[in-house]
Amino acid sequence: MTGIGEGPELIQLDDVDAGYSHHPVITDVNFHVHEDQFTGIVGPSGAGKTTLLRLLLGTLKPMKGRITQSAGLRMAYVPQLETVSWNFPVTVRECVLMSRKSANQLPWASKPEKLQVAAVLERLGIGELADRHIRELSGGQQQRMFLARALLRQPQIMLLDEPTSGVDVSTRHDVLHLLADLHEEGVAIVLTTHDLNGIAAHLPHLVCVNKRIIASGTPNDVITPDVLEQTFGARMEVLEHLGIRIVVEEGPHIGALGGSV
Amino acid sequence: METLLEPLQYAFFQKGLLVAALSGALLGFIGVYIVLRGMSYIGHGLSHSIFGGFAAAQLFAANFYILGAGLWGIASALAITAVTKRSRLGADAAIGVITTASFALGVALFAKFGSSGPSFENALFGSILGISPQQIYGLIAVCILTGAFVFLRYRALLFSTFDPEVAAVSGVNVSRIEAMLMIVLSLAILATLTIIGVTLVAAMLVIPAVIARMLTDSFGRMLIYSTVIGLFCGLVGMYLSYYAGVPSGTMIVLVGAALFLIVLAFTGGRGLRRSAGLDAHTDASALAPVIR
Repeated sequence: MTGIGEGPELIQLDDVDAGYSHHPVITDVNFHVHEDQFTGIVGPSGAGKTTLLRLLLGTLKPMKGRITQSAGLRMAYVPQLETVSWNFPVTVRECVLMSRKSANQLPWASKPEKLQVAAVLERLGIGELADRHIRELSGGQQQRMFLARALLRQPQIMLLDEPTSGVDVSTRHDVLHLLADLHEEGVAIVLTTHDLNGIAAHLPHLVCVNKRIIASGTPNDVITPDVLEQTFGARMEVLEHLGIRIVVEEGPHIGALGGSV
Repeated sequence: METLLEPLQYAFFQKGLLVAALSGALLGFIGVYIVLRGMSYIGHGLSHSIFGGFAAAQLFAANFYILGAGLWGIASALAITAVTKRSRLGADAAIGVITTASFALGVALFAKFGSSGPSFENALFGSILGISPQQIYGLIAVCILTGAFVFLRYRALLFSTFDPEVAAVSGVNVSRIEAMLMIVLSLAILATLTIIGVTLVAAMLVIPAVIARMLTDSFGRMLIYSTVIGLFCGLVGMYLSYYAGVPSGTMIVLVGAALFLIVLAFTGGRGLRRSAGLDAHTDASALAPVIR
């Protein structure tokens, strides 16, 4: 799988403007997500990354344009960690069980559902934390729990909002590998990130956003000084190491400030 | 023992005790969702809003004032939900305007035309006198309806309370669940209004749930504890009301407040940590973009 989007289309955004309280945040969006896609949406804070994600999720109605989802599409969403109250009275297992199939609304889970939860928690490496209260988890463990909750839905497409924000390097590494494995298993992945070197440079396909889509393509296509300047509003230098693009921010040199670090 | 048995010889007290226990349990049960959703202020506002409907419905349909007040309450609940989602006015301000206006209307109507049902004071602070069999049947029906709603929509209710955005993506119709919860809440307030009183219903929605949260980290146990605590407050409050000669709602709430202090003393910092952030979670207006 190339990850750049060549299979059947799952979601189509055509000529879309969107925002909140009649103020557009992002305009002229034409973005199609394919079955084999693995895309990172890159941009600075306030650029419209989460808005674009919400359009794909269908939780935000466009002001203009058309959004089409393939019929019966199974989606899973991993939000930013700070969107929920971690003091909410549930254990890790109870939290993951929330996303079990809609048909079962009753207070207790079926045996197959319990086995499924145990399996996804093991896969995420947090099986032994199943009965812990969610407040007791570290940032990385909270992120894994959100991923487990998303995996329980056996999605065709997984959308993640800053999945590596606030987690350590090891968890970031594990999350990226898990997403790569899921993609290999046929799950389309779309995530937002502002981490160019840690995340974006390692993905097969990127979309650079700042109030509109600035550029779209492989990291080699879009991680260029010109595109980055248009996206982030600052000139950046781009190096290449072992085939991976590395972005270096241009700024005052420490030595030039007279420091002796 | 005689202290417990003596009031039971009166039929009005037997009925009052039953209604107080059921009211406490019902408000404690539904209060868990209200508190965890950060909707305490909505419960407060709604009880005041229903008071306006109560007064107006008595004027225009004396024999069906409960029905009229119920419809008013449901309309208020849905209006509050809609305003908090769509209005540019802040949620608190919107609720404040709608519900206090309705309450003021109720006060004005009571002052001008009097009442063919409960007196002004009884409606405000609760009373065990004059409880009709229809009120008892109505309360039992609301208890059954609320229990059935929570049982049959447990997952959707829990998911949309914890994480409405992901719940919506996962196939939960969050708007519908929220509207149904508001309807059940307004029915619960209406059914308990005469025993607890308009001004104190909101307290019984909040106090048992907060005490239960201080005692446990489990959602299932919180539901059970809060219901039992509400029931306990209803029972003890009724006896104290009888012996002290003060309105029933007042004593029920005071028992709840005393229990809160006792639990706080025993659980200390752990209880406070558990209950921290109960009022900060899920501002309804912030959810506006995520509800389908």
